[in-house]
Amino acid sequence: MMAGMTVIVRTISRLLFPFLFLFGIYIVVHGHLTPGGGFQGGVALAAAVLMLLLAYGMEGAQAKVNALQAELAESLGGLILVFLGLMGIIVSIAFFKNVLPFGSLGQVLSAGNLPVFNLVVGIKVATGLLTIFYAMLRIQGGEE
Amino acid sequence: MRQAAALILVLAIGALLVFTVSAYLLPYGTFPERRIGGFEGESIGKRILQDAPKTTGSANVVTSIVWDYRGYDTLGEATILFTAVCGVAMLFRVTRRRS
Repeated sequence: MMAGMTVIVRTISRLLFPFLFLFGIYIVVHGHLTPGGGFQGGVALAAAVLMLLLAYGMEGAQAKVNALQAELAESLGGLILVFLGLMGIIVSIAFFKNVLPFGSLGQVLSAGNLPVFNLVVGIKVATGLLTIFYAMLRIQGGEE
Repeated sequence: MRQAAALILVLAIGALLVFTVSAYLLPYGTFPERRIGGFEGESIGKRILQDAPKTTGSANVVTSIVWDYRGYDTLGEATILFTAVCGVAMLFRVTRRRS
């Protein structure tokens, strides 16, 4: 079950993986400009790794992101999110206050805290979903 | 008896939906525009659409609502995701150890 699929599927998924990953990163980074954002882009990133996982089996996906890294990144993402919210109290007056400069409307580096929030939550969602996949596959592999 | 109650409930919910969506059946109007005294033609949605680029600096209004106007809400959402991941991981690991 963990062996992966045929050569055709493997080749296509290997060629497709960078593009899917880039698309996910694009959705996350442009979250404050175009439709999408951290949650959606994170799911796209997780789907890219899930494709590798289906084609290559557990080892192929674990070579990119292993289970410990995924759990660590997910927990750190949640922590950074809270600290970014607390930065509003420390630097300014309120929780979740936009403390970074706004920049000019429509640029990638604009909108204060929002791109940082999107980036962190993108990493968090992607690695969180990966953790779920790994946990579910581990039990499947253990039974057989 | 139960069928009649169910029918009445469905009709009530349907009427509620129709009233919520259509602004002209209720005396004061509903969601898109309100027709009360000083709030003629005003709504939260319109106000946010006008002010979001200025007050948050984000070109995407949805992101500015999700991360700025309702930051607490989204933090809670992220917490729910974290809890869900923890629950799934815990559940599947325990089952594996037992088998």
